[in-house]
Amino acid sequence: MTPQKIVVLGAGITGLWQAYILSQRGHDVTLVEQGNTAFNRAASAVAGAMLAPWCEGEAAEPAIQELGLRSIQLWKEVFGGVKQNGTLVIAQPRDRNELKRFAAMTQNFKTVDEAAISQLEPVLEGRYRTGLYYPEEAHMQPVEAMNQMVQLLMAGGAKIIWNCRDIGDLPNHDLLLDCRGMAAKDELKTLRGVRGELLVVQSEEISLSRPVRLLHPRFPLYVVPWSGNRFMIGATVLESEENGAVTVRSALELLGMAYALHPSFGEAEILSFRANVRPAFPDNIPKIIRQEKRLYVNGIFRHGFLNAPALAVMVADYLETGRHPGEMYKDVFVEDNGQW
Amino acid sequence: MPDLTKANDKFSPYGRELDSRLLLGTAMYPSPDILRQSVEASQAGIVTVSLRRESARKQTGQGFWDLVKKLGVDVLPNTAGCHTAKEAITTALMARELFDTKWIKLEVIANDDTLQPDLFGLVEAARELCSQGFEVFPYTTEDLGAADRLLEAGCEILMPWGAPIGSGRGLNNIFALETMRNYYPEIPLVIDAGIGAPSHAALAMEMGYDAVLLNTAVAKAAAPVVMAQAFAIAIDAGRKARRAGLMEQRDMASPSSPVVGTPSFHFSES
Repeated sequence: MTPQKIVVLGAGITGLWQAYILSQRGHDVTLVEQGNTAFNRAASAVAGAMLAPWCEGEAAEPAIQELGLRSIQLWKEVFGGVKQNGTLVIAQPRDRNELKRFAAMTQNFKTVDEAAISQLEPVLEGRYRTGLYYPEEAHMQPVEAMNQMVQLLMAGGAKIIWNCRDIGDLPNHDLLLDCRGMAAKDELKTLRGVRGELLVVQSEEISLSRPVRLLHPRFPLYVVPWSGNRFMIGATVLESEENGAVTVRSALELLGMAYALHPSFGEAEILSFRANVRPAFPDNIPKIIRQEKRLYVNGIFRHGFLNAPALAVMVADYLETGRHPGEMYKDVFVEDNGQW
Repeated sequence: MPDLTKANDKFSPYGRELDSRLLLGTAMYPSPDILRQSVEASQAGIVTVSLRRESARKQTGQGFWDLVKKLGVDVLPNTAGCHTAKEAITTALMARELFDTKWIKLEVIANDDTLQPDLFGLVEAARELCSQGFEVFPYTTEDLGAADRLLEAGCEILMPWGAPIGSGRGLNNIFALETMRNYYPEIPLVIDAGIGAPSHAALAMEMGYDAVLLNTAVAKAAAPVVMAQAFAIAIDAGRKARRAGLMEQRDMASPSSPVVGTPSFHFSES
């Protein structure tokens, strides 16, 4: 394989992984970002950073799950902060049918009773009689993961250009990998924004070892434990491209559900509220869109951390072999006939 | 024999002639693409779409609304989540602009837990919206007093609930729904909310309801597109049965075919 000069646009989770894998494979990679840090305006900054391919299987297509399984392995190879402690899924007694539905639509879990739940998460003792445990799922802290990726990139010899305001004036390249997310909307007309909101709180009274998902017919919630007694609580999924601050209504929903999950969240301190818009195609499946001298990698929706590593490997493999990744990925790796 | 060809069996809300008797909600699908396939499979004639007021004001839901408009069926915007007549009216005005339609599915919610309609606010909002030229589809209960007020206000269609929104419990109050059907033989009546299974929809059609409106039962199915098809078939079956004339129930068994070689006899002779 002849090494290529590749410019990657956008230092969100998609672009970071593309740049990393391609430079690992011996290409001459320059990552170009319009802001002064990675995740600057990227949806990745507002990510749960859960590697939950089985739980996401509740609503996501099989290709997303497959990419997720591959990505868990890739994350573990590069980042020591990945915690593979599984996911616990629970529901209030009145919403027990949500649990039945979730179980029917997902795989690779164990049904756990009250004793098993309190063994997994002692803080939940006596509160939930039944739950679902997905032992192979993992999570991480997104900003720590981002810093790790940037360091790996620089150590591996890739160039990074920060504060690039004009993408009409890029370094010479054989291939442009466009990972700009919503910023590419003018060129990808079927791309739409899906708003997500979350908050970060701090509490000494609660300790969790793994993400906990509380099912609810209207306001499903997840809580991801971070270092320093911090918890990420999310997330809304709204068909809106509004990029403004978290609304009172969403805040109420998230806080109310967190409080319902455990009353100690009532005493937690709110560190931040965050909102952003996630790029998605109409099928909510991420796409590698092939043009002659440009590949778009976009539409990663709520599966950035879950899918970005495997998508990067897919691009790198394609550059080496020229082959399509196969039937499973027919809606992921696509030609550009102007339909996107 | 009556003429039961489909050609003369239209559902006609506010004079718009539709072949389909299904109104399908557009929320909660795994993706807009699955929504599109579900609408096609369901053969729905109308889709409903709700506006969050904040996104309506700034038009930030445009990406999704454009997808809804491209479904190629009539769009019925709704005022979901409004708790007062005033909120509902404001939302209706925004919906009219965004979707360029006089139609509005009017929801005024009394209680966040049960999502039951606030009949007082509903009537108030219906009066105002009808006077402003809207064609109002009110989400109501089986209450005949409220129904009369809604008709007086100018509504030409009524949409009583089967069960609370999203509960999937089917037709909870068969007696009251039958009474309503008999009380308003000429008014288009649509079961709105609570439909969980195709059999519920078929029953509504057998009872003579003109159409059904549902969302969760399809959107949250393991295979939404297949469920959408199942509803299309059930609604067609229920409607055909209604038009064909259902048999009356009997207290006694009656063999459907005489058994050859067995002499028939009369009880009076025994």
